[in-house]
Amino acid sequence: MAKAAQKALGPIRRSFAPWLDPSAVPLIRFENVVKRFGDFVAVDNVSIDIHQREFFALLGPSGCGKTTLMRMLAGFEAPTSGRITLAGKDLAGVPPYRRPVNMMFQSYALFPHMTVAQNIAFGLKQDNIGKAEIETRVKEMLRLVKLEAFGARKPHQLSGGQRQRVALARSLAKRPKVLLLDEPLGALDKKLREETQFELMDLQQELGLTFMIVTHDQEEAMVVADRIAVMNHGKLVQVATPGEIYEQPNCRYVADFIGDINIFDATVTGAEVGGTRLKSAEVGADFVAAGDASAVAGTEVALAIRPEKMRISTEPPPADATNVLKGEVWDIAYLGDWTTLLVKVEGSEKIVRVSRANMTRSEARPIGWDDKVFVWFAPDAGILLAA
Amino acid sequence: MTDAAAPDASPPARAAAAPGRWKRWLLIAIPYCWLLALFLAPFFIVLKISVSDTVIAQPPYEPVLDLSQGWQGIKDWWSALDLENYSALFDDELYLASYLSSLKIATISTLLTLAIAYPMAYGMARAPKSIRPTLLMAVILPFWTSLLIRVYAWIGILNPDGLLNAFLLWARVINEPLYIMNTETAVYIGIVYSYLPFMVLPLYASLEKLDETLLEAAADLGCPPWKAFWKITVPLSLPGVIAGCFLVFIPAVGEFVIPDLLGGSETLMIGKTLYNEFFLNRDWPVSSAIAVLLLLVLVVPIAIYNNIQAREIGDKA
Ligand SMILES: Nc1ncnc2c1ncn2[C@@H]1O[C@H](COP(=O)(O)OP(=O)(O)O)[C@@H](O)[C@H]1O
Ligand SMILES: [Mg+2]
Repeated sequence: MAKAAQKALGPIRRSFAPWLDPSAVPLIRFENVVKRFGDFVAVDNVSIDIHQREFFALLGPSGCGKTTLMRMLAGFEAPTSGRITLAGKDLAGVPPYRRPVNMMFQSYALFPHMTVAQNIAFGLKQDNIGKAEIETRVKEMLRLVKLEAFGARKPHQLSGGQRQRVALARSLAKRPKVLLLDEPLGALDKKLREETQFELMDLQQELGLTFMIVTHDQEEAMVVADRIAVMNHGKLVQVATPGEIYEQPNCRYVADFIGDINIFDATVTGAEVGGTRLKSAEVGADFVAAGDASAVAGTEVALAIRPEKMRISTEPPPADATNVLKGEVWDIAYLGDWTTLLVKVEGSEKIVRVSRANMTRSEARPIGWDDKVFVWFAPDAGILLAA
Repeated sequence: MTDAAAPDASPPARAAAAPGRWKRWLLIAIPYCWLLALFLAPFFIVLKISVSDTVIAQPPYEPVLDLSQGWQGIKDWWSALDLENYSALFDDELYLASYLSSLKIATISTLLTLAIAYPMAYGMARAPKSIRPTLLMAVILPFWTSLLIRVYAWIGILNPDGLLNAFLLWARVINEPLYIMNTETAVYIGIVYSYLPFMVLPLYASLEKLDETLLEAAADLGCPPWKAFWKITVPLSLPGVIAGCFLVFIPAVGEFVIPDLLGGSETLMIGKTLYNEFFLNRDWPVSSAIAVLLLLVLVVPIAIYNNIQAREIGDKA
């Protein structure tokens, strides 16, 4: 862990953003890739560039086409149309066993009749590598995943977490250009999953590989990835860094899918310098949103605001406060580090979610159930989205 | 929560186990009684006849246990038993040749059956799920008619003026009819045909279970499909191969109907020899000795098979 933290501060991580460099040549390119199963469109016109040494996450609900997209890169499915290139080479027609990518399967797919060591050696044996060399590589891999003592076991003699490590070691043994991970941590419990996430990041930097991970767990994607591609119904919705995805979602779907958020339906009433005036009939309030002031009056929009970016108090807010709502506390969830308050807005059925960091161990006058409260937020805290 | 509930739950569970115990013994006892009555008892009768002497009488062997003579009767009976029928088996080369020929024919036909059944089972396991039951049905379909009738049908096919020759002559593949009938080839055809389902079914069961992502994983690691077949599919279907081979080999060694109907006089098989001793020579003791030896010969592969199966079950536990 200490090692991971130290590395995270290293020079590579801090300045790593090749996708911003127009002259950078991506390692993997999906160009207008479509995949149909009969009439069903599983992947719908997806274009992505993934760069060398990037940790790239595909995030989306179950059935949105993540695995299909990955399987096309591994060669198990052929795109209905579009092109996939790897290091500038078109992969069309290249069988899976000739592609320099390795995949860690969602089900692990360990060979049940082989020992752990034989499983790890399997890929190396296909490459006509010398026996001694294979043995050293297998030992190295076993050490990497901390399974030195388990080389002679069969997969069915291992726990779920150990099996997952074997699958990881097996897919890393050939030192592929690209490692594909399909929901690699799905079967692990929360604590082990978090540990493994850090280990994966560690490994990826240590070996300088390009990782593409599929997950439906947004937290996991945020933790491990340099960039996240959010998918829905086979379409790419947004590709951006975790911070951008969270703070600048480009549509209502992404805003809603990642983390908690309050969304107010509103109508544009006018513009002012550097901002937009809105009226929300839903909560009977006027809002100001910073940023783009080009919206035409009368347009239906949505104003999204994260719970932690709202202020809450039983006292009236300062006179210059904007975006003020009045309401009463409906429910309180104490989470230790955070407290989430659900506030019912006065004169409407809308419940607003507000969270506060618990920075002191006790409060003089904590906010309680049924308290009348004021909730407000700054114009630049809200995100203006298309309705 | 479950920890707290466990101690409360266990006393009633243990109480329920007590009446369950004799039920369990009963469950085990029924098949053992069955085996005792239908396998062990006849075996001991055959074993006894095999150490008796041949006589022209009813029954055609002696001694017959006479309990009316009391203890002396038992003693006389016991002292009249000997192993001379077994030594006779080893003296006459016919018997040894029959055993060896049976083993050879059974081995070759098992391998032939495997070679034909494996692709069949593989194709069935890879067929679309919707048509698999139909294919399975097609494999079992021959069982709907008696084996005897099906073997007779083969006579009609293999005869010099049978269907096969008629077709080949018509197609001008041959000019003279093939003499397959009454040769070992006909016996191989008959055994392979008759026992094919016993090979296909266990093979299909193990191939159908095979997880296709394992083959994808092999391909992903750089293994081309034909190599993945040998490294993944074949080893994982080995339990089916072994089960199928024994299911064909064991009955094929003692096969009588097929060599008798298709093999003619030149085919030597122990089942036929046994039949001849029993029905033509009316030599019950010698034919019993043949049967006992046959059983001993087969005990070896059966024991190996059981051992492998037990190890596999142990492996999984
Ligand atoms: N071989 C296939 N035949 C038909 N439909 C498929 C096939 N593979 C995937 N699909 C469909 O494509 C959609 C996307 O699947 P998948 O890529 O596995 O989703 P995800 O990994 O995001 O959960 C699903 O609705 C699935 O039913
Ligand atoms: Mg999936």
